[in-house]
Amino acid sequence: MNEGTFSASAVPGPPPEASGPNTMIEVDHFHFYYGAKQAIFDINMDIPEGQITAFIGPSGCGKSTLLRNLNRMNDLIDGVRHEGDIRIDGTSLYDPSVEVISLRKRVGMVFQKYNPFPKTIYENVIFSLRVAGRNKKSELDEVVETSLRGAALWDEVKDRLHDSAHGLSGGQQQRLCIARAIANRPQILLMDEPCAALDPIATLKIEELMLALKEEFTIVIVTHNMQQARRCSDRTAFMYMGRLIEYADTMQLFEAPNEKQTEAYITGRFS
Amino acid sequence: METLQKAPSATQEPPVRSAALSMRHSAIGEPKVWLTALGLTLGIAMVVGLLLLIFCQGISVFWPRPLLELQMKGPDGKVETVAGEVRKIQSHHSADPNAKPSKEWLFYMGNKDAIGNAFRYINEGDIVSQKRPEDLFIAERMGYGNAIFRPVSLSTTNGKTIAATDPAFRATLDKAILEANTRRSQIQSIERGKIGKINTGITKLGLDEKLVNKDSGLSQADRDARLKDINAKRDALKADYQKLATEASALRKEQDAALLTWKLPNGMERKQQVGELIAIHQPNAMGSLGKLGWFLGNVWEFLTAEPRESNTEGGIFPAIFGTFVMTLLMSLVVTPLGVIAAIYLREYAKQGLLVRAVRISVNNLAGVPSIVFGVFGLGFFVYMVGGTIDQLFFSNANGPTFGTGGILWAAATLALLTLPVVIVASEEALASVPRGIREAALACGASKWQTIQRIVLPTALPGILTGVILAMARGAGEVAPLMLVGVVKLAPSLPLDTTAPFIHADRKFMHLGFHIYDLGFQSPDSEAAKPMVFATTLLLIVLVVTMNLAAMKLRNHLRKKYAASTF
Repeated sequence: MNEGTFSASAVPGPPPEASGPNTMIEVDHFHFYYGAKQAIFDINMDIPEGQITAFIGPSGCGKSTLLRNLNRMNDLIDGVRHEGDIRIDGTSLYDPSVEVISLRKRVGMVFQKYNPFPKTIYENVIFSLRVAGRNKKSELDEVVETSLRGAALWDEVKDRLHDSAHGLSGGQQQRLCIARAIANRPQILLMDEPCAALDPIATLKIEELMLALKEEFTIVIVTHNMQQARRCSDRTAFMYMGRLIEYADTMQLFEAPNEKQTEAYITGRFS
Repeated sequence: METLQKAPSATQEPPVRSAALSMRHSAIGEPKVWLTALGLTLGIAMVVGLLLLIFCQGISVFWPRPLLELQMKGPDGKVETVAGEVRKIQSHHSADPNAKPSKEWLFYMGNKDAIGNAFRYINEGDIVSQKRPEDLFIAERMGYGNAIFRPVSLSTTNGKTIAATDPAFRATLDKAILEANTRRSQIQSIERGKIGKINTGITKLGLDEKLVNKDSGLSQADRDARLKDINAKRDALKADYQKLATEASALRKEQDAALLTWKLPNGMERKQQVGELIAIHQPNAMGSLGKLGWFLGNVWEFLTAEPRESNTEGGIFPAIFGTFVMTLLMSLVVTPLGVIAAIYLREYAKQGLLVRAVRISVNNLAGVPSIVFGVFGLGFFVYMVGGTIDQLFFSNANGPTFGTGGILWAAATLALLTLPVVIVASEEALASVPRGIREAALACGASKWQTIQRIVLPTALPGILTGVILAMARGAGEVAPLMLVGVVKLAPSLPLDTTAPFIHADRKFMHLGFHIYDLGFQSPDSEAAKPMVFATTLLLIVLVVTMNLAAMKLRNHLRKKYAASTF
């Protein structure tokens, strides 16, 4: 691989237009290491507000690592360190005044494998409120309804809110996780391959849901499924070996990629 | 042999096929599966055999045995009559090598007060005749074990005498025994309950007196006034005591008034105070229903009554209660301790050499002989902690309060003993909580402690409970360390009762495991105690199994509630 071809400091693709949406997340010369192993190399990108941004790339390219840095989930792993900065709304995530807990309240997350808590549907949705000490019954009821409606699950579960969440189907459980993530009204919703464990119909529902949710939330999604990125996202970032190869409007990236590697990947010539 | 050899030659084809078949079987590579099954079978056979033995022996104690009356040749050639129960039949080993092999019976004759020995070996060859007379009675008494007799007459409290031939005799006797039992419980309530309370009050007044005398801040007049007050109170209590003591001695006298005259099988006539009798029955005259009633009555007595005659008779309620309370206390101590330790080790401690060393040490702690824990409990809990508590809070008491063995220290010692089990099980349960739901909780803005408290712990609870169940099973059956830290042969009072402060954690207690040891190996009459050993063992097993089943039921309930993710 020729290092010079993708000089990382220059963001490939055109920068967001001045008239376009505001920048929500700025990734600024970000490096990330697991112990001695560097997983992310000098990434720069601006993620716009109110849009869906997809990270694509082969396994191990660092897209999930980058995503998990946006709410500092990687802090849980021993021996990690970073260089550079990530800013949300202009404030650095790593600013000493930023508490990880309040950050995670602003940045919700949905995981690859649906992971509802072994509690009732109701308690699952309001978990983030409970841990924040908000226990007012009327408020909780309202949040449950709006969140489940937001996750297009209300009609299916409204009669069994107090049943175990594990009685739901896989797709329903993943939508419950989305409802849980949006219950706290975060600004940003991170989705780490949310459809990887789901069948095509459930996947379709989640995709429809994402398109509806982007009205309210800035969504960042990691996906292995290029069709999915193409169908749903507004902007797409292609990563390879820990580097950002190309970052552009989705249409442009898929129709006329600037980089050869991007083209090779999206046409399936390597993985 | 011949048919075996002929069989293959008669049919030429099948042997070849079967050989191929068997080759194919061994080729699969699992010819030794039966060995693993053998191990399991052996284990099951041993467990079932042991349980069956204990069950049969334990349950048969309560069933009325037939009374046999034997005519037998004595050593001097004279024929004598004995009556009793056959307890065991075994082969007799004579010193003479030419003697024919014969059987001998272990024969229970009761009447220890009259004939000295309740048991006797009888050579089967000496028996001239045997029958089961319906008119033989067997009586349970407060002392000297059972009596086997034929009644002659009863002189009642009001001076009348009724002969055994009188049709009203049995009813009158039953009534007299019932009255005696009522009086006995009255005496007990006076002597143990009311007089006990007065004694506690007098002891407390003595302590108050000491305090007043010690207190240098009091003026002489003040001191005198207080001492006078104390003395007045003491006098009042003493007067109460006198009244109760007279009442009790009157009752005692009444107990001795009625006399039952009976005839022993050997013809001797004796008199017995009806006040000493607990129950009488005629086993040979009983129908199946009567026997069943007697059986149930015996079981009930065994479960609810206090022991008599150095534990060989009566019930074992204090031991059941002591075991139960001790195990419960132990679980209450060990569960939080073990879970907290496991949470720290698994969730917070930085995994490294030190933590690994700690983990290995904890595992090895489970292998330390239990008596070592007993010695440690005696030194640390009883002498050090208990002694310090006594110095600080009970310095005026006459004897040690917490500075001696008691149910609290026994529970604490066993909690230490079972701690490794709980820690290891809890750690494993915590480790098996899926990473996904931890991350989900953190991503919802929960702190690490909130995650542990609200998500990890409830999910791990069934596994933690498994550890607690194992700990309870081990703790309830442990005896050796208890002997050093508070178990006794006979505890005068229960660790829980109606006198304030209701829970007496400093009291000594009885324990089923120790009871078995004491009955079987420390009893003056081990043959008489043997049935009780089996019955007590059976009960200990039942108690442990019941507690385990209850805990398992709880665990299954929780497991259903917090079922791990279904994929």
